[in-house]
Amino acid sequence: MKYRKKQQAAVISQKELVSGIYDLQLSVPDIAAQARAGQFVSLYCADKSRLLPRPVSLAGIGREEGTIRLIYRVSGAGTEEFSRLQPGDTLELLGPLGNGFPVETITGSREETGTRVFLIGGGIGIPPLLETAKALKDSVGVTGCTDGTGRIQITAVLGYRDSSTFLSREFNTVCDHVLIASEDGSIGTKGTVLDALREAGEISERPGRKNTVWFACGPTPMLRALKTCAEENGISCWLSLEERMACGVGACLACVCRTADTDEHSQVKNRRICKDGPVFRAEEIEL
Amino acid sequence: MSTGVIGRPDEQLEVILPEMKKMKTENSEMQEADLRVTIAGVELANPVMTASGTFGSGMEYSEFVDLNRLGAVVTKGVADVPWEGNATPRVAEVYGGMLNAIGLQNPGIDTFLKRDLPFLKKFDTKVIVNVCGHTEEEYLRVVEKLRDQPVDMLEINISCPNVKEGGIAFGLVPRGVENITKKIKAAAAQPVIMKLSPNVTDIAEIARAAEAGGADALSLINTLTGMKIDVQRRTFVLANKTGGMSGPAIHPVAVRMVWQCAQAVSIPLIGMGGIRSTEDALEFMLAGASAVAVGTANFIQPDITAEIVDGMRSYVQEQGLANIREIIGTVH
Ligand SMILES: Cc1cc2nc3c(=O)[nH]c(=O)nc-3n(C[C@H](O)[C@H](O)[C@H](O)COP(=O)(O)OP(=O)(O)OC[C@H]3O[C@@H](n4cnc5c(N)ncnc54)[C@H](O)[C@@H]3O)c2cc1C
Ligand SMILES: Cc1cc2nc3c(=O)[nH]c(=O)nc-3n(C[C@H](O)[C@H](O)[C@H](O)COP(=O)(O)O)c2cc1C
Ligand code: FES
Repeated sequence: MKYRKKQQAAVISQKELVSGIYDLQLSVPDIAAQARAGQFVSLYCADKSRLLPRPVSLAGIGREEGTIRLIYRVSGAGTEEFSRLQPGDTLELLGPLGNGFPVETITGSREETGTRVFLIGGGIGIPPLLETAKALKDSVGVTGCTDGTGRIQITAVLGYRDSSTFLSREFNTVCDHVLIASEDGSIGTKGTVLDALREAGEISERPGRKNTVWFACGPTPMLRALKTCAEENGISCWLSLEERMACGVGACLACVCRTADTDEHSQVKNRRICKDGPVFRAEEIEL
Repeated sequence: MSTGVIGRPDEQLEVILPEMKKMKTENSEMQEADLRVTIAGVELANPVMTASGTFGSGMEYSEFVDLNRLGAVVTKGVADVPWEGNATPRVAEVYGGMLNAIGLQNPGIDTFLKRDLPFLKKFDTKVIVNVCGHTEEEYLRVVEKLRDQPVDMLEINISCPNVKEGGIAFGLVPRGVENITKKIKAAAAQPVIMKLSPNVTDIAEIARAAEAGGADALSLINTLTGMKIDVQRRTFVLANKTGGMSGPAIHPVAVRMVWQCAQAVSIPLIGMGGIRSTEDALEFMLAGASAVAVGTANFIQPDITAEIVDGMRSYVQEQGLANIREIIGTVH
């Protein structure tokens, strides 16, 4: 039996996309070969006084090149340490971890054209949706179902604080539409991703949008609002959650979320975000 | 002292003539080093165990480490019914360590017996079930249900700092420890290891109380109660406010406590707290532990337990020892 192991990744490049948000390319073939959109890796600090691994989502997977791409915000000592990594440096990590977005479930189960997938990201929740967009596109070949050529239509809905946006141009190259919101109104719809969805007529009193799917990642208040909205509008919705972790592999029970029903594994109303998630069906969890 | 116990090395060590010792050493360099240890009549292939709560029931980590290589797997605490545990955040990082307040979430003994124990029995390792409860009756219900199960030993957690009366009510005063130990011993079919809290004035006194109650062995230490405050948000990091500290930073405290208990009792000790290298583990054995458990370090390196087993093997060879048992309690 081959056991999974912590990996040594080589830093290929790192750049600051906008103030405090870094784009890190790593060479780590074992992880790249297995990874799926929406999964994450656990990064270990070089400073061993910081014991716990930092979970970071996969923003890109280069299967052929053996690379992964991580986009993260500096929010503490660990991410600050990572931001100083230079090409040639190495970084220890474990992964891929978690389940990922159900890309094949969406593209595989719907033979008829017309599925509209919305990738809804708030702030640092945006990056994993980029790889998800690519995976959706790769999975069906052609997108843009409105003109009858593709089976699904992909719309990115991206919420930023202000005009210092990141990745929106890359989303433009893979998605059929990109909607942008900013809290200060300096770009796109003023407000949140919900305001952008509302403005686009996606949140209305017409329930039963059977052909609409939402994949979302971002701050909890945003996810909570989306969950309510999706339920009211009959939209299938998946949310990627975050919680403080220790093991990252499902053993320590640090990272649980509340569930609507008793979970099969835990026998109580909660599930492990690192192992059973981070992506859950909205109706399955409580926020 | 119960039968077959190897705990106090001065009692059990064979007296070996220097020449014989040299022969054995040459021998052991050719063969696998002898890492076997015996606790309460149960022989472990090596002294390395997993610490309760850091390894689930082995299933998740079995992807990362060969469970056959471990002396024993100690399970997450199991109660008579499923426990929800605490609100999140349940963990916080601190300098050189971490705080946890999981609140002993567990699926309950019935699911454990149906799903987790059969999984563990597929491996060639000893199974030690960690038992938790709020009341004496709850502990006893679990112990009863384990009576006719293929479990090698029981570890009784009377020291969880994260659950109101999560055993701590019994674990902090000598009289309470002795009483609960007696009752569990009377009900248990397997050897009983009492797991002690370090959050007491005199750990040796508690250890003696457990021994007086009939404990077959002691595990120590559980986590040290701590707190972390988020200065930006001006509130506690953990939802539970306080949590148990574990990890490298607590290692010297744990070694000291194991050493103190080794002087105070004659039952075998299982040392734990902050182990993340072979050396850390050996310190516990030199201080008097017959075996060790690795907890938080699993999170840092999932195959650390197997690495420590290898490290011990090298140590036995490098030091020219006949076996690992020779070093137990030799620093006193
Ligand atoms: C599944 C998952 C995916 C994530 N993906 C990304 C991503 O793609 N990009 C990104 O910028 N961030 C992501 N995060 C958040 C990221 O893990 C934290 O920002 C990071 O751990 C902070 O570490 P630090 O040392 O800089 O901060 P510190 O505050 O110093 O960290 C102290 C401790 O708290 C933990 N912690 C702090 N904030 C968080 C948080 N928000 N979530 C979980 N643990 C936290 C740390 O891991 C560490 O153990 C993700 C979190 C999860 C759970
Ligand atoms: C996340 C976590 C969960 C734990 N759960 C339990 C438990 O259920 N029962 C128990 O007796 N000890 C529990 N412990 C304590 C450990 O078994 C061990 O005694 C302690 O963490 C010290 O060892 P370490 O520093 O190697 O982690 C837990 C520790 C951690 C970090
Ligand atoms: S972090 Fe340990 S179970 Fe999720």
